[in-house]
Amino acid sequence: MTDSFEPTIIGFTCNWCSYRAADLAGTARIKYPPNVRLIRLMCSGRLDPTFVFKALANGADGVIITGCHPGECHYIEQNYKALRRFHLMKRTLQGLGLEPGRVKLIWASAAEGAKFASEITAFVEEIRALGPLHWGKNGSAPSPTVEAVQEKVEVPA
Amino acid sequence: MTEKPKFAMYWAASCGGCEIAVLNIHEKILDVDANFDVVFWPVAMDAKYKDVEAMEDGSILLTLFNGGIRNDENEHIAKLLRKKSKILVAFGSCANEGCIPGLANLSDSREIVHTAFNTISTDNPHEIYPMTSYDVPEGEIHIPKILPVLKTLDQVVDVDYYMPGCPPESHQIAAVIDLVVDVLHGKAELPPKGTVIGAGNSTVCDECKRTRNVKTIKSFQRIWGVAPDPSLCLLEQGIPCNGPATRSGCNARCPTAGAQCIGCYGPAEGVADYGARLISAFASVIDAKDPQEIDRILDGLVDPTGQFYRFNLAGSLLKAAVPAWKAESTHEKEKA
Ligand code: SF4
Ligand code: SF4
Repeated sequence: MTDSFEPTIIGFTCNWCSYRAADLAGTARIKYPPNVRLIRLMCSGRLDPTFVFKALANGADGVIITGCHPGECHYIEQNYKALRRFHLMKRTLQGLGLEPGRVKLIWASAAEGAKFASEITAFVEEIRALGPLHWGKNGSAPSPTVEAVQEKVEVPA
Repeated sequence: MTEKPKFAMYWAASCGGCEIAVLNIHEKILDVDANFDVVFWPVAMDAKYKDVEAMEDGSILLTLFNGGIRNDENEHIAKLLRKKSKILVAFGSCANEGCIPGLANLSDSREIVHTAFNTISTDNPHEIYPMTSYDVPEGEIHIPKILPVLKTLDQVVDVDYYMPGCPPESHQIAAVIDLVVDVLHGKAELPPKGTVIGAGNSTVCDECKRTRNVKTIKSFQRIWGVAPDPSLCLLEQGIPCNGPATRSGCNARCPTAGAQCIGCYGPAEGVADYGARLISAFASVIDAKDPQEIDRILDGLVDPTGQFYRFNLAGSLLKAAVPAWKAESTHEKEKA
């Protein structure tokens, strides 16, 4: 079954570095697997752990968070905040039984298109090796009324 | 005399504290009796499920449902009371978000049964477990079947109002009863469906009187290991206080008394995932940039999953941990 398994991965990118790195990888025609759906944030510091939990709860097999190298944040030091959130989020997710490798943080500057592509390629393979996650969907159909419950909208603090 | 409107209260997977909290409204309980005909309330009066089954649909005006959905009996009664009630209130943290019984969603339910019936607290050398059905001369008897994942009330049935708290504060219950009585007498209107009642719309921090400065945490402390400054924000002192993500409504009881908020009023308005909000809040104030230093500080937070999801696991985005989901998957396969 895992032979044909194509992981679904959500990638969060920073407008000023990793998103441009992805763009650069594209214009330079560097190939990387299409399993990653990129979401652009203004900064890795905008990454609310809610986004990651929502991705995992809704079928992502892995999540990759990318930001500017330490010391290079467009907003001075928000990437350090991302780093701290990432560490705490990872500990919390491990408490919920998630394999540590399913959520990853990497740094990539706007000039590092090739690095971005190779990191994504490596991550896709790591997730492929871990197999599907299917959080909460391991054969369980959601109860019929769940749809009827209005989805909560996160309001930033 | 016209008939009084009917009232019911039920406990599913809960501790009974919500019931005590209702009785704790003192003489206000007489208002309940004066205005309602109590038709079903297992903790306070004798009633049979079949009596409820025989009632007309929608004939109970108000049902306060406390407890999470832990087994098929809870699920059956939740569905039954939904059908029979005009207004169904998820009452207390368990019904709202799973609460302490919801922490069982960290484990495989079979492991829970095993722990309960076959560990140091129970001498069970022959590994005898309760059977969910058994033939006796009079017929087959059943005990409820545990569900692999505890659910919140609104994950099972449609809920009209949410009343948080573990348990809801008595002054809040009294206020809600006043409101319902006013509605009955045409003096007030019901809030829109889905409203959180008997609580505030902001955070515990907002009600907390402690002084706040710029927070920078160099290490986390456990409350029993320190004598916290009585007037300074606890989180600022490195004591993991859940106030920033918790709904107001209790008048910041715990921080006022010198203990950290552990989150019994559940997520504040606009918080989609309680734990995620706290991860953001705590990580933002940690004073470190180096990964090793960050890890050293975080080692002081001994059980982050418990810290962030003590009350909210079943109601969170992820709802349960991997072992519970795995058990659920086997359960579904067995059913199929
Ligand atoms: S974090 Fe706790 S102690 Fe600090 S202001 Fe909020 S509720 Fe009060
Ligand atoms: S301070 Fe927090 S834990 Fe204490 S009663 Fe209020 S909401 Fe509950």
